[in-house]
Amino acid sequence: MTSIPANANMSEKTLHDENQELPTLAEEASHTGESIVEGKTVGTPYADDAKFKLRDVEVFYGENRAIKNVSLDIATNEVIAFIGPSGCGKSTFLRSLNRMNDSVESCRVKGTLELDGQDLYDPRQDVVELRARVGMVFQKPNPFPKSIYDNVAYGPRIHGLANRKSDLDDIVESSLRKAGLWDEVKDRLDATATGMSGGQQQRLCIARTIAVSPEVVLMDEPCSALDPIATAKVEELIAELSQSYTIVIVTHSMQQAARVSHRTAYFHLGHLVEVNDTSTVFTAPEHQMTESYITGRFG
Amino acid sequence: MTNHTQAEIVRQSLKKRYRKEKRFRAYGILAIAIALSALVVLFTDIIGKGYTGFMKTSLNLEVELNQEMMFLDDATDPKQIRMADFVEPLVQALMKEIPGATEADRDEVRTLINPYASADLREALVNNPEWLGTTREMNLLAHTDVDVYAKHAGDSAYSIKLSEQQREWVDQLVEKGVVEVGFNDTFFKGGDSRDPSRAGILGAVVGSLLTMFITLILSFPIGVAAAIYLEEFAPQNKLTDFIEVNINNLAAVPSIIFGLLGLAVFIGLFGMPRSVPVVGGLVLTLMTLPTIIISSRAAIKSVPPSIREAASGIGASKMQVVLHHVLPLALPGMLTGSIIGMAQALGETAPLLLIGMVAFIVDVPNGFLDSATVLPVQVFLWAGSPELAFIERASAAIMVLLSFLISMNALAIWLRKRLERRW
Repeated sequence: MTSIPANANMSEKTLHDENQELPTLAEEASHTGESIVEGKTVGTPYADDAKFKLRDVEVFYGENRAIKNVSLDIATNEVIAFIGPSGCGKSTFLRSLNRMNDSVESCRVKGTLELDGQDLYDPRQDVVELRARVGMVFQKPNPFPKSIYDNVAYGPRIHGLANRKSDLDDIVESSLRKAGLWDEVKDRLDATATGMSGGQQQRLCIARTIAVSPEVVLMDEPCSALDPIATAKVEELIAELSQSYTIVIVTHSMQQAARVSHRTAYFHLGHLVEVNDTSTVFTAPEHQMTESYITGRFG
Repeated sequence: MTNHTQAEIVRQSLKKRYRKEKRFRAYGILAIAIALSALVVLFTDIIGKGYTGFMKTSLNLEVELNQEMMFLDDATDPKQIRMADFVEPLVQALMKEIPGATEADRDEVRTLINPYASADLREALVNNPEWLGTTREMNLLAHTDVDVYAKHAGDSAYSIKLSEQQREWVDQLVEKGVVEVGFNDTFFKGGDSRDPSRAGILGAVVGSLLTMFITLILSFPIGVAAAIYLEEFAPQNKLTDFIEVNINNLAAVPSIIFGLLGLAVFIGLFGMPRSVPVVGGLVLTLMTLPTIIISSRAAIKSVPPSIREAASGIGASKMQVVLHHVLPLALPGMLTGSIIGMAQALGETAPLLLIGMVAFIVDVPNGFLDSATVLPVQVFLWAGSPELAFIERASAAIMVLLSFLISMNALAIWLRKRLERRW
């Protein structure tokens, strides 16, 4: 009796997610009383010690403009969360920060994207070097079908960060420690990574990313495939990592954004609507649409 | 009320649905039964007809190697060996075993002995010159007509060419143990022959192995490299689409066309020799390449994109992503496809006919540039032979070919299992 409505809800939700017709700008404007002005972001999008300096960024998939005139600074060692309804472009924007969109044939990026004053999309910019500096953690845990040790050691190996076995061992251990996984796996480093639980796998992926000592870690909904306990562990980990890394996290969970981030950016239909301190966004959002979103009126 | 009728309707339609399901399952079982029975019929027919191909009829004779009878004083002298008579000792030895055979029956007795038996005797004597003047127990091939009679007496499909007198003798000799039907080692030891009793499969097996070796070392690396380039590196444009369409078409081109191509290009243009495993291997490479490319591409496609993203997210270059992650994961599929392509090539006859691998070749090939034939062509040659004794050899050769194919497919499955477990 109880299971049937639950199932029905689930399928309805999936359908809703997939076929969601996002309200058009005009419609939205009519019932929020406040409209989005392209290229104009409410709040504090700019920072003084910017790690990433992003100006007038536009991302196209073929003819479709997925990101519209977004300007934003991401400060050093801050945790910034991107929130917004499905299809608003937050993942696209995130992936353009380490050029993961390069592999998408039809994708074009316009505007200024600078990491420490260095143009990301300069033809002379080496993608491999960029990704060593800007690591990424994906939505679904995606460990290599190799041993736990080899997963973490892979990055340092290909970049030649360790010349001796003992150096590599040290990197693996410290990365696993930072990811809070060392005590769980230290006795079975040779076991295959795919045999771990989902939460462990995701933390392994984080360990793998930080093993190459990136300056920035991009996280694309890192907890969406995890249960609440595993999520809590990953969130703890993000808090610890924020001491030494700049973290950009895309999330669908507003509680998560509120718990882990310093600043929060709200995206809507490719526009960056509002950027503010997380506490401001969740207590007193400046923009009407941000408020509608976080109070659950849409999205 | 409405609820009740609705439940009724559902129940009614349920019955219908279950009936449909049952029917569908029955069709499936029927289809499998048809396939299996076809297989059983094929195997029983081939094995039933062909197992006698693995047996030979031989004569156990006490051969007196008399110097005078053979006109031979010194077996180490090649000149004398050439002139000596090696038939007479055999005839005399057989005559001794047949009570009542007189000098008048000499010719009838002689035709029970295989024409090549005297050559075997000569070879034995050349290798062991000290045998001259002694009496030896020897096992020699019987004539093919005796072979057919001993194995197929009473079978209307075979015509027995022995006279009444000869049949009586053979029956007696079988009882005495002089004529013996046993395992046919000759079949596995030599090449083709005009005499069915002497014909062997070894030449064709070695020819097939040499040809397959050339095919494998060429088609696997080329096919895999092409698949990786097309899947991972090639830009998505009209040219790539055009190449893809053409590769798919090539996979469906009748194999004899590849033979014509080989004849025109490798033999005509490049002047390579005819009937050799190198050209056979090249032609079969052309034929196998599309299969390998298509299956390798499918294997590469089935590698989850998350693995590629994970690797490139850490900063692996395109090359590293492919070599470290995509290739190891796709390898089982690639190997399976390649081995199936190879099995196809192993059973291929038509293109090899055109490049001359259909020649009558007695010697076992020693290298890639020796004239050779292959197993399916050997089957083709024997099956078309007018002598009935060749038919059972053809069936036996088919069994050898089938066992090759089965072991190749087993290898494919084993490799896939093994490599999958490692990852």
